Amino acid sequence: MTRAPRSIARPKSGVRDDPASAYDMTASDEGIEQRTLACIVDNEPGVLARVVGLFSARGYNIESLTVAEIDRNSHQSRITIVTSGTNHVLEQIEQQLLRLVPVAKVIDVTNSVGGIERELALVKVAGKGEKRVESLRISEIFRAHVIDTTNESFIFELTGASQKIDQFVELMRPLGLVEVSRTGVLSIQRGKEKAG
Amino acid sequence: MDGNSAMDAKTTESLTGAEIVLRALADQGVDTIFGYPGGAVLPIYDAIYAQQRVRHILVRHEQGAGHMAEGYARATGRCGVALATSGPGATNMVTPIADALMDSIPMVVITGQVPTHLIGSDAFQEADTVGITRACSKHNYLVKDVNDLARVIHEAFYVATHGRPGPVVIDIPKNVQFAKGTYVGPEAIQHRTYNPRTEPVNHRIEEAVALMAKAERPIIYSGGGVINSGPAAAEALRALAKATGWPVTSTLMGLGAFPASSPQWLGMVGMHGSFESNNAMHDCDVMLCVGARFDDRVTGRLDAFSPGSRKIHIDIDASSINKNVRAEVPIVADCGKALAAINKAWTKKVTKAPDLRPWWKQIDAWRARKGFAYPASKTLIKPQYAIERLYELTKGRDIYITTEVGQHQMWAAQFFHFDQPNRWMTSGGLGTMGYGLPAAIGVQAAFPKSLVIDIAGDASVQMTMQEMSTAVQHNLPVKIFILNNEWMGMVRQWQQLLHGERYSHSYSDALPDFVKLADAYGCHGIRCEDPANLDAAIMEMIDSPKPVLFDCRVEKAENCFPMIPSGAAHNEMILGKITGDEIGEAGKMLV
Repeated sequence: MTRAPRSIARPKSGVRDDPASAYDMTASDEGIEQRTLACIVDNEPGVLARVVGLFSARGYNIESLTVAEIDRNSHQSRITIVTSGTNHVLEQIEQQLLRLVPVAKVIDVTNSVGGIERELALVKVAGKGEKRVESLRISEIFRAHVIDTTNESFIFELTGASQKIDQFVELMRPLGLVEVSRTGVLSIQRGKEKAG
Repeated sequence: MDGNSAMDAKTTESLTGAEIVLRALADQGVDTIFGYPGGAVLPIYDAIYAQQRVRHILVRHEQGAGHMAEGYARATGRCGVALATSGPGATNMVTPIADALMDSIPMVVITGQVPTHLIGSDAFQEADTVGITRACSKHNYLVKDVNDLARVIHEAFYVATHGRPGPVVIDIPKNVQFAKGTYVGPEAIQHRTYNPRTEPVNHRIEEAVALMAKAERPIIYSGGGVINSGPAAAEALRALAKATGWPVTSTLMGLGAFPASSPQWLGMVGMHGSFESNNAMHDCDVMLCVGARFDDRVTGRLDAFSPGSRKIHIDIDASSINKNVRAEVPIVADCGKALAAINKAWTKKVTKAPDLRPWWKQIDAWRARKGFAYPASKTLIKPQYAIERLYELTKGRDIYITTEVGQHQMWAAQFFHFDQPNRWMTSGGLGTMGYGLPAAIGVQAAFPKSLVIDIAGDASVQMTMQEMSTAVQHNLPVKIFILNNEWMGMVRQWQQLLHGERYSHSYSDALPDFVKLADAYGCHGIRCEDPANLDAAIMEMIDSPKPVLFDCRVEKAENCFPMIPSGAAHNEMILGKITGDEIGEAGKMLV
């Protein structure tokens, strides 16, 4: 364990009154942080519903979710979830995920050494003249590929960290952004070890 | 897999899905199941008809079957089994499944399902059982291939009974019950992913003992986990209390793990717990929490919960640790194993611990306040008095107690005392009215010769009253001891406390005549209104060879004290009369 989980019952000076009961747990004044968790799960029917159901039942957030089988022989899937909450809530999310019978492992990608996160986006931009040229020029800076083009539009394919994609999308907005399709975050660990 | 099946060729044979179900249950050591037939489980009922190893108790409503399986499981320490048909059969089973999840009761529920080719077609009596029960079971399965069936059933028993126990649902389509497939025995099954930790980490045990060795105002706060862990855990708890001389309290679910007759016993903790226990929890400097989960009924106001203590928390479920209350020493392990390790380390390392006499002196001062005292009456039966007499008159007998939910449940927890684990069956987490009567039948099915009493309320007992018919049919002489105050007593108490004495829909108008009802069911009915006749009436109940409905008419306005009002701290217990302003605005928002 890298971080000592903080208690909602521990008195903290300053800010606001501490929660009076377990019912007020979400009213905690700890900072909200974002975290990427990767779950290695048995690829069996309903496993995704179990994971997603846990989040909705306990009031946790899902900001992005990706899932696919990673090992056909061992029937394992990797679910990468970007979530947010206080440190205490995030600790609970990890532990609650581990309670699920088909969950073999939960990796805190954000806080682990060598955690890599990537996302793929398809971005459609329509425009003419200078704006069209500018969008192509920016796409080169971002190392995006053009995978479809008409006289008045491009579809760019872009991979990278989510912030990079956010940034690209923001730059395309004044240049004729039409729509965006994103995969959500994928994750893996550096080094030679297998996660599962 | 191919290699395995060739290897296990000796233990495999071809059976129908329904036969596989019965064979697997028998091989798991199941002697009794509770169920109700219907279209989608007829092949299983056919297989039940054809065998002798597993006894089937026919219930009157599937909820009854679920609670019976729970009662059976809690009393025996084994896995309970319930059987229901598809659709309404399965949905009626949802309450006991959720109940078993909250109270960590090992249970396997088998439900029928429409044939696989009709799933999703809104067929007759189709419901998405795995979808509905996903959130309220520990795990569930829909078996679409008969060749998976034996493995799934054995795996379900493994999952239900390992780690933190809980209910597992197996949904079996009717065509799978008919299909022929390969049976594999339980010995061939190993779960590839679910392998919960049971052994404590050594250095945590050392940290715990180092903390314990310096404690001047210690307390052991034990819970249902100690009972779930098995008799060895209760033994280890007793040994630890003996070695340390520490006071012991427990949750509602943990009653019986530590003997109530011990001078070290402080009584139950929490909202309606003892004055001495709650004050000791508040003022302690080291708290050893074992197999309990800092539930809101226990902690009261969280930021005022035991503010000066350092906490050791033993739980097999890591998510319970640091969920509501931070623990300085977290120990993820089986309660019995962790307690044994602590015992061993304590004996070996602790030669001189602080003098606990000042702490015990303080505890004795709290005890002297007599938090459970109530004004006696010569004309009316006080509910507390009724339970005191029930306890005295059944002392020394081989007895099991179940309860419904409400005031009577709290009085039972306060005034009935247990010296052994597995003798007390109550719905703690979910708070299911209607639990006690069927649970008693489940216990009686496991222990036909024991005295099994459901301490009930007049409102709760009507929720599953139909199961009296089950008790009569199967000759299970449960005793239903109803504290009849004509009110939903706990609701009325809260309305008095919180809602300006506006008693909205909490009075049970048109109660049935329980004695006539007993007659109608073919069991024995007793009514008692006079405290002078109570002892004789209780003896009549105990001596009756039949199931009994005992209508004990008690004082109607009695409230359950002491009480920690919602949003208050342990040291703010109300001992006696309610004045009306005990609960602040924030507290009123709470349940």
